[in-house]
Amino acid sequence: MSATLLAVQTLNGLQLGVLLFLIAAGLTLVFGVMDFINLAHGVQYMLGAYLAVAGYQLTGSFWAALLFALVVSLLAGLALEFLVFRHLYDRDHLDQVLATFGVILFLNEAVKVIWGAAPLSVPIPDLFDGSLQLMDNLRYPVYRLALIGSGLGVALLLYVLVTRTRIGMLVRAGATNPDMVAALGVNIRRLFMIVFGFGTMLAGFAGIMAAPILSVEPGMGDNLLILAFVVIVIGGIGSIRGAFISALLIGLVDTLGRSLTTDIARLLLPPAAANDVGPAIASMLIYILMAGVLFFRPSGLFPVARS
Amino acid sequence: MTELLKNRTVPVLLFVLLALVPVYASLFDDRFVLLFATRILILALAALSLDFILGLGAMVSFGHAAYLGLGAYAIGILAAHDVWEAWISFPVVILVSALFAAVTGAISLKTRGVYFIMITLAFGQMAYYTATSLSAYGGDDGLTMWGRTEFFGTDLFANDTSFYLVVFGILLGSYLFLKQVAASRFGRVLKGARQNEARLNALGIDPFKYRLAAFVIAGVMAGLAGALLANHAEFVSPAYMSWHRSGELIVMVVLGGLGYLHGAILGAIAFLALEEILSGYTEHWRLIFGPLLILVVLYARGGILGAFKGRGK
Repeated sequence: MSATLLAVQTLNGLQLGVLLFLIAAGLTLVFGVMDFINLAHGVQYMLGAYLAVAGYQLTGSFWAALLFALVVSLLAGLALEFLVFRHLYDRDHLDQVLATFGVILFLNEAVKVIWGAAPLSVPIPDLFDGSLQLMDNLRYPVYRLALIGSGLGVALLLYVLVTRTRIGMLVRAGATNPDMVAALGVNIRRLFMIVFGFGTMLAGFAGIMAAPILSVEPGMGDNLLILAFVVIVIGGIGSIRGAFISALLIGLVDTLGRSLTTDIARLLLPPAAANDVGPAIASMLIYILMAGVLFFRPSGLFPVARS
Repeated sequence: MTELLKNRTVPVLLFVLLALVPVYASLFDDRFVLLFATRILILALAALSLDFILGLGAMVSFGHAAYLGLGAYAIGILAAHDVWEAWISFPVVILVSALFAAVTGAISLKTRGVYFIMITLAFGQMAYYTATSLSAYGGDDGLTMWGRTEFFGTDLFANDTSFYLVVFGILLGSYLFLKQVAASRFGRVLKGARQNEARLNALGIDPFKYRLAAFVIAGVMAGLAGALLANHAEFVSPAYMSWHRSGELIVMVVLGGLGYLHGAILGAIAFLALEEILSGYTEHWRLIFGPLLILVVLYARGGILGAFKGRGK
């Protein structure tokens, strides 16, 4: 593989990693603070993408669509919290898995009814149209660079929010000992709602940003949800820092793995067999990575102390 | 004695009714009911095996559909190489599922709670993506089998009625076997580990190997269900192992009532019947089923059998 291809694949890997981080951040916050496992987080990503499509169809502007989709994602998340999730915080994980599975079935079907099963798309905004000359024979689309940049920006914002503000302090305290935080007079339910709404909005944001480059279709959140689970499990559930590092790791390993394994397999096997074995191993790579991490560190790379 | 009778009434009634399905089907010449009932029993076998680890051992495996796929692919791939004999293919199915369960179980069972849910899910996905990349065996599109498994050259599997009886027999045998295991020392250790692991450790018992053994038993049973499913549909596809299917298996177990074993069979019947009825009304049956599931979780704890039990007390 040439240096150019390697550079492109690294950027693609970063792009996937950033998307994964936006989804995993909400997932890990919600789990860390509320001990709540939300399978429906993936469909909230999908909903963000569909809302971006709807917003674009209404206004014809990417930026108006972005704003519209962010606000409606947040409202939809809060409505779900109010109607369903709120009643599940005291239940065991099995009940949470089942009820949020019900939400997935419903929303995946609902978008199919409203927008149809065919893939939709949003055009790339003018500001980020075109591509940039990064190296001698390497041009990379500006929008994808903007996506990586905005993801890193959100990561920085989250870092500041969690470590430097009062609400961030409460979130960290809530993740360690929610009962104590409640006993100190903090309205823990309201804190839950803020965290939940914020997490939903991040997933929605990921969906909106993905809408111009990935096809918007029912079930698009399901695969990313599983990847996001792998991310937060490797990173240590509840840890934003862990989610960030392992999201980039997973993004890079998955993307580079897909282009490298077949080449490596060719060194060891006849070409026909290598073409079969390569992709199979590539798609297993991140799960093997996860199994390896969990075998040596059962609570992930950055375990959060819970009392 | 009455207590014993009460505990046995539902499962005995259930199996008697299931045994009568072929009679009904031949009386009214209703092939659809027979095929549908076969499918229900096959998935009930998978749900039953899941209930064994989920209900008894509180191991929330979210990758149980992987075994359905493993069993199905073992049959499908052997058939693609012209191996149809059950005496070769079924041991292969058992071996493959046991091996997968032993390896993934040994890693997964090191973790607890939500980590266990997610790692089993990840292993399930791993199996799924492996199947989609098997381009020699259909890849994404799946693999059509041109026939069914042979049993010493007879058409035991090919005839609808005898195939139903084979499935019924395997389900009944598995149910009785798991019932025995649950009542044995092994089963008590599993239940004990669910309730209080520290006490069990204090007694000098390491629950890990008991859990692993249970995980392997459940995996093999689900693998058998997969082998039957491949024969039923005469088609093998990666969709058998999608995580939605794993979720549906959990739904069946919880819908019927967690930990009763026959509850899983009831749950499978209820789930598939509901799916069949709702999809008769609208192709968007999930729009109704999703909220229904949420309502069951929120308000009908204990599932179908739990509802009976609650009223009795």
